[in-house]
Amino acid sequence: MGKILTRMGDGSRVEMTEAEVQQELEAGSQDAAERAEVAPLTDDEIKYLLDLYKCKDRVVGVEEGKECCLTYDNMTSKIERAHIPLDKFQQLMMFERGLGADTLELTHIDYSFKQCKHVVQYEKPKMEQAVLQTIAPIFYGSMPNLGLYSVPDGPVRNPGDLLPMGKIEEAKEAFEQMADYAIKDMVYVGSELYEKAGADGINFDTTAAAGDAEFYAALKAAEILHAKYPDMGIEMGMSGEFILGMHSEIEYGGMRLAGLYPHDQVKVAEKAGVTIFGPAINIFTNETLPWNLARSIVFTKACSEASSIPVHANLGMGVGGVPLTLTPPLDALSRASKAHVELCRLDGL
Amino acid sequence: MHAAHAVVSGMGGIRTAGDLVARLQLNRGMRINAAKKYVADKLGISVADIGDTIVMSEVREELDIGRISETPAVAKGIDAKFRIAELLDLEINCVNMFMKRVGIGSYKSFGA
Repeated sequence: MGKILTRMGDGSRVEMTEAEVQQELEAGSQDAAERAEVAPLTDDEIKYLLDLYKCKDRVVGVEEGKECCLTYDNMTSKIERAHIPLDKFQQLMMFERGLGADTLELTHIDYSFKQCKHVVQYEKPKMEQAVLQTIAPIFYGSMPNLGLYSVPDGPVRNPGDLLPMGKIEEAKEAFEQMADYAIKDMVYVGSELYEKAGADGINFDTTAAAGDAEFYAALKAAEILHAKYPDMGIEMGMSGEFILGMHSEIEYGGMRLAGLYPHDQVKVAEKAGVTIFGPAINIFTNETLPWNLARSIVFTKACSEASSIPVHANLGMGVGGVPLTLTPPLDALSRASKAHVELCRLDGL
Repeated sequence: MHAAHAVVSGMGGIRTAGDLVARLQLNRGMRINAAKKYVADKLGISVADIGDTIVMSEVREELDIGRISETPAVAKGIDAKFRIAELLDLEINCVNMFMKRVGIGSYKSFGA
């Protein structure tokens, strides 16, 4: 029996036997099921994934009819990062007409709402012109990035300094103050881009990177924006599968946010008025891709089953079974893409 | 990476009806199967056809809702979105904003 060529979570190649791949799939599935207290993959799903790895094709794709919609994070910055000298409008049109994008996203290169606030007067005319020239729905996207609101980058005492000193209550208060600042910035930027520039929606990307207080801030901002603009599209993409309890007691709608997994995260997001939710399952670079992919699918499938709103899983570098590398290999990315869409019945990526 | 996802799993944007299905998702929170059926019904074609580039190219040309290969005197950008708003019975923010700015009450004013 021939060996199966696959990869580790960092993208490096590894050869395994069929039995080893199956063992990895089962172990990854079990890890996620135990952590989130959800169902592991069925035998048929394990077989589906095993067949996907046994297939020697370099690129695989979803069955016809199962195609889904793509949303993006930091769309225009990706072109700038590659140092391709293209104007943002040209980039958007390139995505729309050259790369088959279902949606577009205008962004500022410093992808945080706090930083966008300073340049919002320059972002609005760009959005106004972009909506005149493009056809696909267009988001304005950015990250809540709560870390920017504490010393040395912001006005609030740094919880990272307070916690080691045992100043627990002061650290919690600091997180709450940071959340208040972030909510104001997210509502301000979202309102300006929607009400005055014509964006179709706002995208909160990499949400909860700083833990439960950041998740709360994004939920509250979504709630305020949804109340102001009921037709506004609101996408919330997450930063990881587990909400870190940096504050530990903060709640939204009576639910404690610390420790939530994607199938519960989506329920609070729905309550806040989010219209598209994006679970993000982190990669373990020292585990194999079969282990990582099975693990990601268990979390994401439970989220999709619990959701009433569209679920667009994050499948970028280092999340959703895609290796943590700047140049994700096609074999790995296409398998992660196909498996998530088909097994989790995703609405998008 | 974006190109790979588009090939592997994406609907195809304005090459097909990907942009139209996406509008239902982001503005109405509709899940993929419901959104595809809604769009197919409004276009008067089957759900299978909304992902087909050949069928959709013809449909988009006939309905004048914007295509990849633009020719003179067809809807582009905002004018295509006026038609999409009417076709899908959907509020499109920039279309409403445009009408307010130029002082017209409805996209139907153009057909009067």
